[in-house]
Parts: sequence; structure tokens; C-alpha cells
Amino acid sequence: MFLFRPLKGGRITKHILLVGFGLVMLYPLLWMISSSLKPEELIFRQPGLWPSEITLENYTEGWTALKHPFGYYLWNSAVITIISVVANLVACSLAAYAFARLNFPLKKLWFTLMLGGIMLPHHVLIVPQYIMFSKLDLINTIWPLVLPKILATDAFFIFLMVQFIRTLPRELDEAAEIDGAGYWRTFIRVIIPLCLPALATTAIFTFIWTWNDFLSQLLYLNNPDNFTAPVALRTFLDASSDSSWGPMFAMSILALGPIFGFFVAGQKYLIRGVATTGLK
Amino acid sequence: MAVNLSSAAPQPAGHYRSTKRSRREARAAYLFLAPWFVGLLVITIGPIIASLYLSFTDYNLLEEATWVGLDNYVKMFTEDPRYLNSLKVTTIYVVVSVPLQLAFALALALVLDRGLRGLTIYRSIFYLPSLLGGSVAIAILWRKVFGADGLVNAFLSVFGIEGTGWVSDPDTALGTLIILHVWTFGAPMIIFLAGLRQIPSSYYEAASVDGAGKFRQFRSITLPLLTPIIFFNLVLEIIKSFQSFTQSFIVSNGTGGPADATMFNTLYLYLSGFKHFDMGYAAAMAWVLLLIIAGLTGVNFLASKYWVFYGDEK
Repeated sequence: MFLFRPLKGGRITKHILLVGFGLVMLYPLLWMISSSLKPEELIFRQPGLWPSEITLENYTEGWTALKHPFGYYLWNSAVITIISVVANLVACSLAAYAFARLNFPLKKLWFTLMLGGIMLPHHVLIVPQYIMFSKLDLINTIWPLVLPKILATDAFFIFLMVQFIRTLPRELDEAAEIDGAGYWRTFIRVIIPLCLPALATTAIFTFIWTWNDFLSQLLYLNNPDNFTAPVALRTFLDASSDSSWGPMFAMSILALGPIFGFFVAGQKYLIRGVATTGLK
Repeated sequence: MAVNLSSAAPQPAGHYRSTKRSRREARAAYLFLAPWFVGLLVITIGPIIASLYLSFTDYNLLEEATWVGLDNYVKMFTEDPRYLNSLKVTTIYVVVSVPLQLAFALALALVLDRGLRGLTIYRSIFYLPSLLGGSVAIAILWRKVFGADGLVNAFLSVFGIEGTGWVSDPDTALGTLIILHVWTFGAPMIIFLAGLRQIPSSYYEAASVDGAGKFRQFRSITLPLLTPIIFFNLVLEIIKSFQSFTQSFIVSNGTGGPADATMFNTLYLYLSGFKHFDMGYAAAMAWVLLLIIAGLTGVNFLASKYWVFYGDEK
């Protein structure tokens, strides 16, 4: 960009400032990790990061503090999250293929409605949806949480995949047709294998959003046997006096672990997904 | 299956001709779209209509809904200071945190743009909070970072300053949520970085040959060419932050306190609908929220004519 590169000293200053700023940003996270390893009484006396004394006591205490071991709630979260990921991949790619490649009556209208669904604030729907699911006696089941994904209501991902499929050369579809493939075989054999980057982005974001989701899990899961990790974490706040911050931090870290893992493993797809569609 | 080469050619967009082949194609399309259609009807359109109807009723899930006309809407704006306060709190939150967040995002994107070593590492570090920011775990952390005996006060005490309990003081509680929102500037930053990469470097070369300094280049090249991205981020973040819920719920432990200082509109909606089971009232609030968001998005689009620069207008 610059015809005259800035002086070397300027670049070093830039790096120092960036590293410093990054540290300030990440400090709360690092502090939470280090606090989870400190004995309770030291957490607030030492704002520094290096624990003078390391203990796993907070983890063992937090793990057993609620009705079930914390792993039970992590498992509940994992079940809902994995079903959501699979459901989104299947349902959204089916719809995306139709929108991107096939012609049918009223296509423009349906496509516009689909785009409108992206912008629609979720809160307009929660009251009637709650009433519907409670009339169907589905409160405290996973259905209210996964049924919307099975029915492709995460329109953002349909849009993402439509955009992606449109960049694939149509000659491939035509070649498959000449070979005698129908729409279904073209979808499975030609489109899906080429869509892997878009599918990866969808899978990672669905995982992170579902894992982090709180409002719908709070609404639909109110029996402690069904709690997910976020809802269980929340009950720490109710139950705890000031003395259980250590265990609460420890369990918070366990709850953030999978997201951090996906962040490390799927960075390429995350960054690309955000850059091209504005996903969070 | 019969192979028909001529019909394999892409059909002109927008025209729909009914032939045997096109009927087969349409049937296939509707099959592919079947789950989405059911979802559109049962999960989206049905509930939207139901919620509009409910907003004109008094309904508590157990008894039949009774029609009350505009009562819920009238009550909201004339008899319910807590509702009006929730609108005020949400508005302050959006108006302060969105511009601040975008300013950080743009500033960091400019610093990271082009040829800086370690770009990918910095980008990842700044992006991480965007992924974590909406979680319960981070909201719990925030409660403690800004608590009376929390991290911030521990630092202040090093300098001999005694801080208050930031989350328990009505004057500062909302501020801690704003900081949490600004902390997640990484996602718009990545969108800005992608936008900056679209600007041809020849523009800058030409400008510096003409003697334009860095600041002049920023003002006359970078900023105008980036306005579509700024606009996109602005619309997106406004829509998103009006719907924030988890942060205020956890930081205030579901009360919106202290003294309703963190009572977001969505939290008040939740409390009305699912704690007091005043579901008609909650539905009316949801509709007002929808209209506010739609209205603001509309105003944004209208205003964009005056400041967003698209390449084709010379």
C-alpha cells in the first residue's frame, strides 16, 4: 500500500500497541482461567495472572455442586447442539439447492420471504411459539429447540448456501443430467461435495450459536433434569453466596471449552463466513 | 430418463413457462423446499399472526384469551413507566454501544490492514470475544470483573482509588453492559478488513504521487469507499443489539436491576410474558419492538442516500 514504507521504529510501536491492546482485551478471560485454579480466598486478593498456589479444588467442587454432575448438563447441551447442526445442514442445503438451481412458480415471492426471515426479530415469535409448544405438551423436551432447525428456519444459512451454489459452474449440473442423473442425484453427487466450505461455515456457526443460546433454553427447559450447560450455570447465581465464585468460574470455563475448540479448529471458515455474509 | 439438451440451458430469469419438463422441475423444487415451507408456516408466519392477535387480548395461558382491543398498547405508553424505562435503557444501550463498537472495529481494521506481520494472529485474538460475548459464562465473568470486589476495583486499588460496585450501582450498571458490547467489536472488524481489501492500491499510489498525505488519503479514498460497509455493519448491529437479552439477564440475575438500570426491553418482555404470564401484553411489546426495529432500519436506508457512496455515482 505504501510507496514509502513507514520507518521500522514505527512498525515496532504499532506491534507493541497491538499486543498491549490484545492483552487488555483478553485479560478478563485469562483472569478467569487463572482464578479457577486459585484457592477461593485468593481470587480477589490477587488480580495478577500467576496463581501463587494451584489447585483443582474449584473444578471438583463445581462439578458436583448442582443436582447432577456438571458433565450431565454439558451432555444435554451437546445433544441439542449436535442435532441442530445436522438438522441445519440437511434442511438448509435442500432449500438452498432449490432456490439456487431450480425454477418454480412464485420463486421470487418465496425467496423474498426467506430473506425477510433473516431480519425478523426472534422476539415476535417467542410468545406464540411458547403457547404452541406448551399446548402440544412439548415443554421440557428438546423439540421446541430442534424442530425450528429441522424445518430450516435459520434462513441465514440458506442464504449463505444459495450464494455459494450460485458460484458453481452450471455445466456441472448439465453434465450430470446428460449422464442421466435426476435432481436428487445431482444435488447429492455434484452440489453437496462442492459445497463443503459453505457447509463447514454453517456447521461451525450453528454449533456456536446453539451452544451459546440461552433465551430459548431458559424458556423451554425448566426441569433440572433437562438443563443445558448455560441454564445450569445460571442456577449457580441463584444458589451461590459470594463464596462459590471459584467453582462457578471453573464450570464457566468448561462451558466455553467447546466454543474455544471450534474457534481454534475452524478459524478459516469462521473468518470467511463473517467476511462474506456478516454472520456473527 | 430422456435427455433433452436444449432444455438444459438456463432459462431466462423471471420467466416461467409451463412445459412437461418445467412441471417436473417445479415438483422437485417444492419437494426440496418442503421442510422450509412447513417451517415458514408453523414456526414463522403462523406465530407472527398469532402474536398480532394476542397483542389485542388478555391471555395468561390457562384461561381463554379475551379481546381487549388496543388496551395493551395504551397501557404500555400511558400507565407503565417500567416499560417506558425499558425503552429508554435499550435506546441508550444501542445509541452508545453501536457507534463505539464500530469505531473500535474500524480503527483496528485500519491498523491491521495490508502487510502487517502477524495479521492473522491479531485478527483471531480480536475476533474471539465476538464468539464468546453472548454466552452465559462471559456474562457471569462480567458480573465479577465489575463487581464490588472484582478485577476492575482490584486494579484501581493499586492506584489507591476505591471503586464502587459497578454492576450494583444504578449509575454504572448499564455502562458495564455497553463495555461488554464494545468488547465484541471483532466481527464488524473482520467485515471492515474484507472491505478494505477491495480498495485497489492504485488509488493510494495515485494519491501519494499527487502529494496527498496519509490523513488526506484516508478522508478522500478509504472513508468514502468504505461507506457501504459502514452502513451494512450499522444496520446489522442496530438490529442485533436491540434484541440483546442474555447479558442483561445474567448481569442483573434476571431482575433488570439495580433500580431497573439494566432492564432491556427484551428482558421486560420476558418477565411480563413468562414470569407474570401476561402473554397478551408481552405480544404487544414484541410488536412494538418489531416496529421500532423495522422503522429504524427503514430510516437507515433512507438516510443512506445522503452519506453512503456507491462506486457508480460520479
